[in-house]
Amino acid sequence: MTAPLLKVRDLNVRIPTPAGVLHAVRGVNFDLMPGEVLGLVGESGSGKSVTLRSLIRLHRPPIGMTGTVEYGGQNLLAASEAKLRDVRGGQISMIFQEPMSALNPVLTVGEQIGENLREHKGLRGRAAQERAAELLDLTGIPSPKARLADYPHQFSGGMRQRAMIAIALASEPQLLLADEPTTALDVTIQDQILRLLLRLREELHMGVILVTHDLGVVAQTCDRVAVMYGGRLVETAGVNSLFHAPKHAYTLGLLRSLPGAGEHRRPLQPIPGGPPDLRFLPPGCPFAPRCEYVTDECRAGEPPLLEVAPGRFSACIHHDELPALKPTLAEVGA
Amino acid sequence: MTTMHSPVLEVPARPRRRLPKPTLLIGLALLLLLIFAALFPRVLAPFSPTDFDYEALLKGPSAKHPFGTDNFGRDVLSRVIYGTRTDMQIAIFTTLFPFIFGTLLGALTGYLGRWSDAVVGRVADLVVVFPFLVLVIAIVAVLGPGLTNMYIAVSAVGWVSYWRLTRGEVMSQKKAEYAQAGRVLGYSPSRILLRHLLPNAVTPAIVYLMTDMSLGILLGASLGYLGLGAQPPTPEWGVMVADGKNFMATAWWISTFPGLALTLAGVTFSLIGDGLADALRPRA
Amino acid sequence: MHASYVIRRLLQIIPTFLAVMLVVFLLVRLLPGDPASAILGDRATAEIVERTNRELGLDRSLPVQFGVFVRNLLQGNLGDSISLKIPVIRLIGERLPTTLFLTAYAAVLGVLMAVPLAVLAAVRRNTWVDALIRAVFQVGLSLPVFYVALQLLSLLGARLGWFPIGGYGENFTGHLYHLFLPALTLGLNLAAILVRTLRNSIIEVLTAEYVDFARAKGLRSRVIMTRHVLRNALIATVTLLGLNIGALIGGAVITETVFAIPGVGRLMVDAIFGRDYPVIQGLTLTFAIIVSLVFLITDLIHARLDPRAELT
Repeated sequence: MTAPLLKVRDLNVRIPTPAGVLHAVRGVNFDLMPGEVLGLVGESGSGKSVTLRSLIRLHRPPIGMTGTVEYGGQNLLAASEAKLRDVRGGQISMIFQEPMSALNPVLTVGEQIGENLREHKGLRGRAAQERAAELLDLTGIPSPKARLADYPHQFSGGMRQRAMIAIALASEPQLLLADEPTTALDVTIQDQILRLLLRLREELHMGVILVTHDLGVVAQTCDRVAVMYGGRLVETAGVNSLFHAPKHAYTLGLLRSLPGAGEHRRPLQPIPGGPPDLRFLPPGCPFAPRCEYVTDECRAGEPPLLEVAPGRFSACIHHDELPALKPTLAEVGA
Repeated sequence: MTTMHSPVLEVPARPRRRLPKPTLLIGLALLLLLIFAALFPRVLAPFSPTDFDYEALLKGPSAKHPFGTDNFGRDVLSRVIYGTRTDMQIAIFTTLFPFIFGTLLGALTGYLGRWSDAVVGRVADLVVVFPFLVLVIAIVAVLGPGLTNMYIAVSAVGWVSYWRLTRGEVMSQKKAEYAQAGRVLGYSPSRILLRHLLPNAVTPAIVYLMTDMSLGILLGASLGYLGLGAQPPTPEWGVMVADGKNFMATAWWISTFPGLALTLAGVTFSLIGDGLADALRPRA
Repeated sequence: MHASYVIRRLLQIIPTFLAVMLVVFLLVRLLPGDPASAILGDRATAEIVERTNRELGLDRSLPVQFGVFVRNLLQGNLGDSISLKIPVIRLIGERLPTTLFLTAYAAVLGVLMAVPLAVLAAVRRNTWVDALIRAVFQVGLSLPVFYVALQLLSLLGARLGWFPIGGYGENFTGHLYHLFLPALTLGLNLAAILVRTLRNSIIEVLTAEYVDFARAKGLRSRVIMTRHVLRNALIATVTLLGLNIGALIGGAVITETVFAIPGVGRLMVDAIFGRDYPVIQGLTLTFAIIVSLVFLITDLIHARLDPRAELT
């Protein structure tokens, strides 16, 4: 068995606010295999984006990060700035939700790819130009040479996201962190970008961590899923088994709130209530106040994430009481 | 799972404030003091602001005259206190007319749009090409020195900021649902404009009014200093600074204390302006 | 930057100039009563008043007068100064370089004070350093220019004798030396205006997502600072500086008066007390033209620095 590409252990992120410290990520553990696509899903405020950003230590003080993020035998959370810079963009790249705000408006797309090539590949001048055009071509941007001189605002939304992916891929990373890469896009463009990511994953054999709140996206692209709630992982599983038989009441709720596609259209059942305030968590399971399976045991103490079946982890006391779901992948996905 | 922006994740950079800032309270306290001095200078001032005392010419600060006396033996502290009324009057009259005129015009052209907006826009573009102080003193030069002519001059120029702020607000509020609802209910345009849009759109102009008052005091004092504003013997801080300018080497207190009073008044209004901006800013 | 944008922007200035001329023309016509009497004072005889009216072309209809006014302007004729009996254009030509030197000097000092402090306040935002910088400049904003000028003059000039208390100096270094206090006065005022807005826009840049993306790309902080942060902050500085040219000129009028500097600002104040209307007209026109040219240059620089600018 091959060694994991990335090992995250006991990751905690604390954000000081005037109203108290916000414990946004609480003891997250997971591994990522080389070439694997992991979906990190959850509602807004579940801590998924905060988790993703802390993997390359992108948070700045006063936000505090503890735990270990092991990559290439190094703990990135404790690595030197120089080493970290080498990994960032060089071996682990990241793409953001809003390409319009993530791309610098006053630099051309060519310059923004060039920065990466210079920093991580030592390419300059003509060689960098040619490689940059290749990268734009690889991400499906037509007449790439001409577009290098364009500014981000001259691109359409979908093209901008492609350009950002091209920048991220400039250094041929081992791992791509994607923070809601398709949320800001039209559905048809979403589909194209996801297919592009999958194709690039195949061609470059890189691991991908995909943060999304959209289970449809997960079904379409991921090998494995980690569900976050209240700053914790509450369930991890292979994508097929998760969709067929969720082992956490929250995952079940999420799946039920999906609009079914095709013939098996079911009435939507949204989860009542909203995500918890991370500053004032109840002592027990954070999902307990919204859960239909809740018992006193749930409220007594926070259940840990345990292996409940081979390759399946859940933090739900009632994981074996949950019903299996009929829908197949084809129904929830594309 | 409908919203994609998480409020929790947006917290880091800027902590949100919930309590009114102490600066607003300090500003309001200072304002009360200024208003009191303007209304009842007699209560606070130990001497008359205009009586000459040839026994006490150019005397430095002392227990009897905390701010010293000027070249006519007048008590500087009393003159500073009496000056409050003039300078507060300047703060009000340099801003009130521009505020009323600019806000109403902004509401009107923002609501009507099209040519009215374009015409006023051209005029506003033209006004801002003239340096504010230059245009005001040029107008005062033509009309003659004095506070009334200064108010006329400032009003001719100062409405532009209020027009811009209110126009922008009205234009964005016009699209808001309650305005649309008003139209569906068959309210008259003037009712929609005056009862619904203006009260909501006037907030930025009110916040700016405070900043503008501190600018107005500075402008009035500058004109006073140049001899184009308040005319002697009216006690006005800018005029008083000018009165003492030839005595800087021997009697620094004549100019220094009125100047400090000016600064204090300016700080008062900008503190309130900041505090209001903070308190009235819509919270997400 | 496209040539078409530059041309369009250059053409826009023509109607502005025409409108400015109209305002300046009408300004003197605001005079209550008969302009010539107002200019000459009460002692003038009816005959002199009539002659002056004819000389100044005031006996003709307003549109005709305006036509003559514009024609004269285009020929560089702003009339003669009433008190000094020399052409206004020559007077302004002699005094303008001093004022331009002073304002440029003040702008340099102001930016040198404002930018580093704004960056410091932005980087250390919401700490005591930030609070102190903001508080100091908030007070600075409330300090009247004439008051700062007077205090600097009396303290650093008269009392300590570090700097001359007036005059303009002979050569470039002489100008720098003589104009230091006035330029410092104006520069402080400008810095007070700039710091706050600049701080906020630098914070906006520093917390922009493209800076996070640049960090995620593994760029060095120096590269991020120079390529991503400062360039965007520079755009804000240029724009702000251009917008505040009017305040700078107004400040120059006052500063020149306090420091007895022979520039156009002082000329303006002298002309007002001498009721020298041709000079007042000429100067008001000159200042408005300078401001519109500065607005134009600012727009062009902005378009050069910010590729999005041409869209609007």
